[in-house]
Amino acid sequence: MFHWLEKNPFFFAVAVFVVIAFAGLIEILPNFAQASQPVVGTKPYSTLELAGRHVYIKNSCNACHSQLIRPFKSETDRYGHYSLSGEYAYDRPFLWGSKRTGPDLMRVGNYRTTDWHENHMKDPVAVVPGSIMPAYGWMFKNTADIDTAYAEQLTVMNVFAVPYNAEIPMADGSKATVALADTVEGARASALEEAKVIAADMKDQDVKDKIAAGEIPEIVAIIAYLNSLK
Amino acid sequence: MENRPLEYDYTVAKMFMLTTVVLGIVGMLVGVILAWEMAFPAVNTIAGEGLAEYTNFSRLRPLHTDAVIFGFTVSGIFATWYYVGQRVLKVSMAESKFLMFLGKLHFALYLLVVVAVVGSLLLGITTSKEYAEFEWPIDIAIVVVWVIWGLQIFGLIGIRREKSLYISIWYYIATFLGIAMLYLFNNMEIPTYFASGGIGAWYHSVSMYAGTNDALVEWWYGHNAVAFGFTVPIVAMIYYFLPKESGQAVYSYKLSLLAFWGLMFVYLWAGGHHLLFSTVPDWMQTMGSVFSIVLILPSWGSAINMLLTMKGEWQQVASSPLIKFMILASTFYMFSTLEGPIQAIKSVNALAHFTDWIVGHVHDGTLGWVAFMIMASLFHMAPRVFKREIYSKSLMNTQFWIQTLGVVLYFTSMWIAGITQGMMWRAHDEFGNLAYSFIDTVTVLHPYYTIRAVGGTLYLVGMFLFAYNMYKTMTSGRRVEESELQNASPMGA
Repeated sequence: MFHWLEKNPFFFAVAVFVVIAFAGLIEILPNFAQASQPVVGTKPYSTLELAGRHVYIKNSCNACHSQLIRPFKSETDRYGHYSLSGEYAYDRPFLWGSKRTGPDLMRVGNYRTTDWHENHMKDPVAVVPGSIMPAYGWMFKNTADIDTAYAEQLTVMNVFAVPYNAEIPMADGSKATVALADTVEGARASALEEAKVIAADMKDQDVKDKIAAGEIPEIVAIIAYLNSLK
Repeated sequence: MENRPLEYDYTVAKMFMLTTVVLGIVGMLVGVILAWEMAFPAVNTIAGEGLAEYTNFSRLRPLHTDAVIFGFTVSGIFATWYYVGQRVLKVSMAESKFLMFLGKLHFALYLLVVVAVVGSLLLGITTSKEYAEFEWPIDIAIVVVWVIWGLQIFGLIGIRREKSLYISIWYYIATFLGIAMLYLFNNMEIPTYFASGGIGAWYHSVSMYAGTNDALVEWWYGHNAVAFGFTVPIVAMIYYFLPKESGQAVYSYKLSLLAFWGLMFVYLWAGGHHLLFSTVPDWMQTMGSVFSIVLILPSWGSAINMLLTMKGEWQQVASSPLIKFMILASTFYMFSTLEGPIQAIKSVNALAHFTDWIVGHVHDGTLGWVAFMIMASLFHMAPRVFKREIYSKSLMNTQFWIQTLGVVLYFTSMWIAGITQGMMWRAHDEFGNLAYSFIDTVTVLHPYYTIRAVGGTLYLVGMFLFAYNMYKTMTSGRRVEESELQNASPMGA
């Protein structure tokens, strides 16, 4: 059979394809529907948080920070409850990372504040002596891309039925709603409102001036995102 | 006339040889910068505060991995294909204007993609998925490049004189099919600009898969991109170049059959070992772990087949630096394919995952196996392509030892770093509290990061020696006649 295949490239290629595609069919497909169900308390990202998530991706924060807490005592002691599949239901893409040069950030919103992040992003060593994380000064200057975040929200709501403007069950039995504006202007306005709350806890005068002028610096967006990680 | 040997046309092979060398240096230079940044964070702002956004670790990291994978390695795969393909199929590219056109188009589009990738990654335009960072316009361009290569492969096979496909051709076909399947499925994404009626950045997209599913598809891809980028095509190279250079026949046809079909079947299952103790279902994790162990068999099958090909001719390892490169490559292949399965054992993975040990494993595979084999292939091709003797044998020897030392420093320091960090993360004191804060586990690594940076720098120095030797071969090596080109490549002092 093998000799025959080696003289018939078409059937050889078909045979190779069948053999390599087999594992994917068995391993990956069956899990799909099940794994995409959110757990109680998991909300989709607001416009500002999603814009911050884009800043996180733009700077490949995931190259050094994981967002996956494994079910070991040493990890739950350090980072909080281990990760559940449904908590990632609105994460497109997933940001688990593959290397912990810095600590895990899955629940960083539980134990770090806006003020801490502001100081740390400006000068990591001043906050954590011995840190090898570079400073991210340009995040204070660059403007966050709110429009693209809004476009992504519209896309996932329309295509994947992500529940914006819908009631979401919370762990304490209450209901929460993540509002999504009808227009891009509305999205910009609501992101700015959210940004003002964050900026009120910050010290950087340039950031405050920018917010007053209606612009949202990247640092405000990424802090909104980091604060949402709980 | 009937007995006149075929004149093979290496125009396209030469083009890809050039990008192999250039992108190899670029990718490894970025890697060395990253290594020094981890040892001495001040290097992050080496080009000044104003350019820090483009020189800092996180922005450069995807550029390093993609430049060495899709630049250096993939160029090497294409370069060797345009050489090996003609020779084992006994047909010249010059015989078909169409295939020649496809080859040149292949190279031109490839260059365009390289420029687009470098530009977009520096600007931070990325999907964040490892080794699949490119946004949808580049993904489409990559698919086009790949399809053109496929047409070229099957076109050349279509007009072949040698009816039976040599082992290397099996592996090239598998490379083409495997990457095509993986890349397509992993990069399923929706451009948000079009889906939202024209809002935001036109190049932005959102993944078709969410959370755990996204992770599953990504590591099914990520792991097997290693299979079909770093293993399969490199095995194609060693099956051709080692027997050619040494003048020995492949040790066992049956072993090569077993290794090939075994590798094809087993490799794809093992992707789950990247997701041990994550939120993917337990049975998948176990499958990933078990199949990783099984994977030792087909991997060692190829490697042992290659080592036994040298049976009775081991003196060549001492006398020829080219054989040295290939034998060390195949030894590192065995080493790396044993280390990987060990790391895939659940209890070992609990310690090793997220640490530098994984980084060390990747680099003993890529520097020791992939890069050594690609450079050996190019060294073997050079006299036949340029009709000139390899410029300097002693320079090859020097390069070999400098780079070997570099790899050894790299993986030993990363072993220690990884295991140290893993042990410190999990250490508890007598009261059951964590013994170390996270920063303790960072500062302790400084010496190992420095040793790694030195190792990487040595390897890069070797790359420059390689480039210099190739350049001199091309421009001022002694001219050689076709009759001189039997097995062992001619080398100047």
